[in-house]
Parts: sequence; structure tokens; C-alpha cells
Amino acid sequence: MRSIAPAASPDIMALLDTQSNFTEPDDIYAMLVDAHRDLSDAQSHRLNVRLVLLLANHIGDEAVIDEAIAAARADLAGEGVH
Amino acid sequence: MSPHVRPVFAQAPCPAAQGARVPVVIVGAGPVGLALAIDLAQQDIPVIVLDDDDTVSEGSRAICWSKRTLEIFDRLGVGEASVTRGVRWNVGRVFFGGSQIFDFDLLPEAGHRRPAFVNLQQYHVEQMLVERGQALDNCTLRWKHRCDRVEVHDRGVHVEVATPDGPYAIDCDWLVACDGARSTVRTSLGLESRGHVFRDRFLIADIRMQSPFPAERWFWFDPPFHRNQSALLHRQADDVWRIDFQLGDDADAETEKQPARVAARVRAMLGEDVCFDIEWASVYTFACRRLPSFRHARVLFAGDSAHLVSPFGARGANSGVQDADNLGWKLARVIRGSAPETLIDSYDVERGRAADENIRHSTRATDFITPKSPMSRLYRDSVLELARRYAFARRWVNSGRLSTASVLRDSPLSTPDRDADFAATGAVTGPGMVAADAPVSGSRGEWLVDCLGGRFVLLVFGVELAAADLQRLRDARECDVIAVRADATTGVGTDEGTDVGAHTLADVEGHAAARYDARPGTCYLVRPDQHVCARWRVFDAQAVIDAIDRACGVA
Repeated sequence: MRSIAPAASPDIMALLDTQSNFTEPDDIYAMLVDAHRDLSDAQSHRLNVRLVLLLANHIGDEAVIDEAIAAARADLAGEGVH
Repeated sequence: MSPHVRPVFAQAPCPAAQGARVPVVIVGAGPVGLALAIDLAQQDIPVIVLDDDDTVSEGSRAICWSKRTLEIFDRLGVGEASVTRGVRWNVGRVFFGGSQIFDFDLLPEAGHRRPAFVNLQQYHVEQMLVERGQALDNCTLRWKHRCDRVEVHDRGVHVEVATPDGPYAIDCDWLVACDGARSTVRTSLGLESRGHVFRDRFLIADIRMQSPFPAERWFWFDPPFHRNQSALLHRQADDVWRIDFQLGDDADAETEKQPARVAARVRAMLGEDVCFDIEWASVYTFACRRLPSFRHARVLFAGDSAHLVSPFGARGANSGVQDADNLGWKLARVIRGSAPETLIDSYDVERGRAADENIRHSTRATDFITPKSPMSRLYRDSVLELARRYAFARRWVNSGRLSTASVLRDSPLSTPDRDADFAATGAVTGPGMVAADAPVSGSRGEWLVDCLGGRFVLLVFGVELAAADLQRLRDARECDVIAVRADATTGVGTDEGTDVGAHTLADVEGHAAARYDARPGTCYLVRPDQHVCARWRVFDAQAVIDAIDRACGVA
């Protein structure tokens, strides 16, 4: 069941769902990692980019994707940590 | 077929004495300057055009004239000639590696007079515009008259002109710089364009050949005949074909434009046994930039002097012609004193936003075609790979977002909808948008867009207005009323001959009602440049008058 993070605190994102959404989260984690089995680094990059594009289109919401990018970049480019 | 021979226009003599002050001087007789000159002359505004050359442009310039440009050309009297001489096309194909990934149709619906595009060499378009301008009494084209320097005064501009017979000067109320990317007017005023320059080099080759290739736009990403780069093939008039090869940023321009080298690339693309002549070849880079403001006191900038884009998307000449279209009626009204000078500021607002949009599209297309980092290349190629299988990914493929009519969003001249029930989608026309075309029958023509323009027009769907209301709109604001009837039995109606009659058109195929989301009583107010500036569900004469005033910059 999906739930949306409350927007009560200003540093909690409004739209990106960051609650745990899987009843069997270990299965999903294994699925993502296993997807790269037998692939070269270059192929793994291609797989990841294809996944991003497929999932971004599935989400279909610019604001959510914008928040996901911000969350993913948070400690990578000196933007501070939420 | 023989190569194109450029016409030579008679050099204008150098005026013997300082002439009287003139309302408008245009610098540059390219498509933009000529379109504006014709528009003004058609409105009885005398105009002088200065050009440093005595012929049309040479070589690989604009070739794709958009539907909107063709509609403007119709209003200027060169639409039919352009379409007849040029190559109509609506379909584009995108290839990745050795195979097609998808095709697209830019105008999939019927009921429009003009196609999405006509391809025609810029020199042909210029010649048609010159001939049209020469036929107009108020339009003076001065060949071999070079604008050397301009001086801006409070209420006008002083122009110093050099001719082969010596210099002279003109004083004018308004000067419009249509003198291209290297505008001397811009330089003379010390104004600078801002933006960025792309490093990638491209080879453009216009070749003559007999070929069975269809009149479509073909674009290749990473084709087998030109690995790791892009290529474009496009048909023009007279069996001339435009080929564009991306060369990368370390290519040597002198080497690449050698005929043998160009010919080898063309044969790799089209086959070893293809017969062709190279009409033109050049290597170019491009920039996306604009002037911060298109108005500098009484000097106005239009076309490439104001803004530059990459060629992908056909947004250069088409946006310049739309600049002229936007400026012509405003300038004429201000010169005649029927609108305040502040109306000219709306030119900068409306066309400045259009330029920003064109630059945004053009920059994104360039980034997609020439990825600047390994990761952006990976994203680009992944989109192309997914596009083979999934339609959603095709919408990310960017080989140039092709020019469509500018939407003047949030224009200060538009009256926002008061009636909230206009369909958000479905109706293709709304405030700020170009009035949609549709087949009609009536004495003014067979296409709705042809019945608009040159003046304010109120389109009224399905009802008759009272004679007193028609009279009031005509007397108060010179606004014409066109009644659009659903049935095909009319189309006669009362005509210009009577003082108070509305002209009547029949919406013969129902496209007008659909495209305007019309019900009985729906009204659309259309500006002289054929853009909608207001609409209502119920006619209200005072609201129409207020909307016309707003569209004319009257506070």
C-alpha cells in the first residue's frame, strides 16, 4: 500500500514517496542487483540508464522526479544532506 | 539543370540632397526585412529598405518555411508562389545506426490550407519578396546602400549610408535592424548579444541530383556511413538536396569543404554510383544567443540581428518572419497615431519570449544531437534504443523540435478568459495563439485564416449580431465582424458593400467549430497578425472594445 510522506516539516519532501513500499524489500533489492549479473561496467551503465528512463516515464510526474533527483544528489555535489 | 543564377537588382542612385524625414527605414533586404517592408507598405506606411548588396542571398541559408510563415506569406502576397515553387512536406523519419526507429507526421489532420512545411531555397523566397515589394508604391528598395552608422535621438534615428556614388544621411522616426547575425546596426550602437556558442562543426552541402528519395526530412543518429555523428537529408526545389553532416569539434573547416572530400561523404551516404553536382558546401558552427532587449529607443531588432539559434528546428528564418508579422501592425498604428508608442514595447515582450523558447528548444536539440559528456551520450543512445520498442521514448528523441506558430503566453495584449468553460484541450485556438485555419465558404476565400489579418476581426459563431453592435464596433475601433455559420447553405450573407452587415462564412466541414470550441454565441477577437487576443461565450460590445484597446497597448 502506498503512502505519501507528510509535508509537515519543511525539509521533508512533499511529493516523493520515501516510505518503505514493499512487503518483501529484500526481493526487490536482490532483483535490482541481480539485473547486473554477467554485465560489463559499460553494460551496467546502459542498464541503469534504461531503468531510469523506463521508471521516470512510469512515474510521469515532473515534480516527483525533480525531488528524487534532489534526494539522490543530496550528498554528492556539496548540496548538504536532508 | 543549370545552377541557380542570382538576379542583379539596379543600384539605387545616391540622393542629391538631404531628403525629408521618413517614418521607417529597414536595414537589410533578407526575408525578415522584406516581409516587414511589404507589411508596412500594404498598410500605406512608406518604407525605405537599405541593403549593402544588389542581389539575393547565396548558398546554404534557410530552406524550411513553416505553416505559420506560409500563412504570413499569404497575407503578404507571396504564399501561393512559395508553395507552388517549393516542396511540401509533413513527414519526418529518424534513423539510428542502420535502421529507421520511427516516423512522424507534423500535420496529421486535414482542413488546413498550408502544410507543416515547404522547403524552398532562401534565394527563391527573397526574389519573390523583392518582386512583391517592388510592386508596392510605398516600398522603396535601395540596393548597394550600406548602413554605416546609426545615431539614436529622442524621437528618431539618424542613419549614415554609404553608396558607390558617395555617402548620404536619412532621418527616420523608426529604424528596424533586419541586418542579420553580424548586424552593423547592433555593432554601431555597441549592443551585445548574450548566449553560448557551440563548438561542434557541421558540414552543409546543397547538391543537385535526380533522386527517388521522397520529400521528407530524414535524420540519422550514428549512421553506418558516418559513424558517431549525425546526418540530415532534405529535399529543396529544382532537384537540390540539403545534406548536413555533423563533424565533431576538432574537424578542420578548410579540409572538410574541399569538393572531393564532400563528394566522398555524399557517395558514402547515397551510394557510389549516385550522380550529383555540389551547388554549395560550407562548414559552420552555431550559437544560441539574443539581445537582452529587441528595442533600443527608436531602433528595433528583428530576425538574426536580435536572436540566433542552431539550424535544427527551422527556427531561424521562421521566427524572424514572425517578428516582422508581430511588429508590422504595431508600428503602423503607432506611426498613424492610433496606438500609443508603448505598444512597441509589447513587441519586445512577445517576441523576446518567443526567442527564449526558440533558444531553449534549439539548445536542447543541440545537446541531444551532440552530447557533451559520456553520460549525456549514454542517455541519448539509451533513448534511441528504447525508441525502437516504445512510443514513449520517441517523444524524447530530439533531432530538432520543428518550428510551430509562437504562442504569445501571458501577453500583456491578451485579455484573459473570463468564461471558464472553454475546453482546456480540444480547442486548438485560445488567447495568444494563432487563429486556427479551417476550410470555409464565403466570398472572401476558402480558408478561415485568409479572411483574418490586417485588421481586428471578431469571429462570431452561430448567432447574428444586431446592426447597431456591428456599427459600433466598426465606428469605434474599425473592427470587422465575421459571422461563422454551421450550415453550408449561406456563405453569401451581407458583405462589405453594406455599411452594417457582418460578412458571413460557412463552416463547411465543421472544423472551425471544433477548433474554436464554438457554441452559438462564442466570439473570438483576432489581432491584425492573426493571433487571438480574447474570446467570450456571449457577445458584449464593450468587452470587445476594451479588449481591442488592451491589444493596442491602451491602458
